[in-house]
Amino acid sequence: MYPENFYYTKDHEWLKVEGEEAVIGITDFAQKQLGDIIYVDLPPVGKSLEAHQAVSSVESVKSVSDVYSPVSGEVVAVNTELSQAPDLINKDPHGQGWIVRLKMKDKSELNNLMKAGDYEKYLEGLEH
Amino acid sequence: MIEFAGWEMPVEYKGIIDEHLAVRTRAGLFDVSHMGEIFVEGPEALACVQYLTPNDVSRLSPGMVQYTALTTPEGTFVDDMLVYCLSVPDRYLLVVNAANTDKDYIWVKEKAAKFKVQVTNKSDDYTQLALQGPLAQEILQPLTDIDLSQMKSFNFAYGQVAGVDCLVSRTGYTGEDGFEIYTLAPNPEIIWKAIIERGTPLGLLPVGLGARDTLRLEAKLMLYGNDITDKTTVLEADLKWIIKFQKGDFLGRAVLEKQLQEGLKRKLVGFEMVDKGIARPHYPVFIRGEKVSEVCSGTFAPFLKKAIGLVYLPIDSTEIGTEFEIEIRDKKLKARVIPTPFYKREKK
Repeated sequence: MYPENFYYTKDHEWLKVEGEEAVIGITDFAQKQLGDIIYVDLPPVGKSLEAHQAVSSVESVKSVSDVYSPVSGEVVAVNTELSQAPDLINKDPHGQGWIVRLKMKDKSELNNLMKAGDYEKYLEGLEH
Repeated sequence: MIEFAGWEMPVEYKGIIDEHLAVRTRAGLFDVSHMGEIFVEGPEALACVQYLTPNDVSRLSPGMVQYTALTTPEGTFVDDMLVYCLSVPDRYLLVVNAANTDKDYIWVKEKAAKFKVQVTNKSDDYTQLALQGPLAQEILQPLTDIDLSQMKSFNFAYGQVAGVDCLVSRTGYTGEDGFEIYTLAPNPEIIWKAIIERGTPLGLLPVGLGARDTLRLEAKLMLYGNDITDKTTVLEADLKWIIKFQKGDFLGRAVLEKQLQEGLKRKLVGFEMVDKGIARPHYPVFIRGEKVSEVCSGTFAPFLKKAIGLVYLPIDSTEIGTEFEIEIRDKKLKARVIPTPFYKREKK
């Protein structure tokens, strides 16, 4: 379910490292909680972000939820397909539903994030 | 599942958009047992209900239903509700909002003290299901001995559904044709299962609270607590059609009459977002930079595929086409007053 090579946050973002860059999205758990996603607010390319800063907001029919950047960095790309098809996040949250790509400022921040196994345990804890 | 007025209720089964579209194009089944059922019975029941509500209950004969309100002496809302005429002039059923049932019961009982009536709250005994959508009649007819083709909108009849004794009315909260089914039977799940079984091959879906809200908003049906409250008058809510001044006295009449003569200062209007964004309840609303109110209801409308909502605006800004701003997460985005209901079904 949750890709082994991704990192995860308690706020249900995922992060995939690609060299010096990181691709960020929300987890399958998060998309299920939100339900049908109808709007994604994307940041401008070039925006600098601190870790835990809101990078995007994802809106479903029933609610809106901020997406926080798991690490610091600069936005180098956004998934513009989400403007036309925000439900890609529902259909493929860990793949085509990615939200932003960052150039990471400090890779050591990855140590603060959860691995897949830890995230799954964290989710089990939430369900009780 | 979320808690709503003390009831555990699903927000969604399959997904709000799928459920919403099923009701608009096929059918949906709702468990709305949380709604309150208050009976007013006795020789002065008609006079009592007339006094409590602005609409004219005397126009109802047995088997008819009316949309109306419980009004305060200030002409504002204790609640909005349906009145079922069971027998003239001595038996009426008030179907009220779940969150207000206890408050309404106390209100009605107190105001009814000067009439020869008995007020009973039977909310806990009743199960209510709503079958809504263009295929509602086709799905329900084989399951009931009531001739639904003879039942007009806002009428009801007694009969059996799936072998269970029920009251069935042609009413709803979605803007579609459909039925609301009330039963006191101890085994109401038989009805639910029979409708699901018969309806599923025709595209029926069970529908949760999420789509119930988006459906009612597209049809501009009021939600108590959001669009109408004890701070908003019936006229301000643009529900003048439920006020029948010629019927005689009722709670709030003097205030409403005065307001009608002097003119309203504000009115509830429908809007759509012009800029991209979705307005939600309590988002601040600005006209020419000045905060004038807050969004009452607001959501993405799945059938109309746009962001819509309801808001009270100063009367000089309520004309169709008037633009104003809504603050959505620190950005002031443009919205526009549009005609309501946002969605109206084509009548056959």
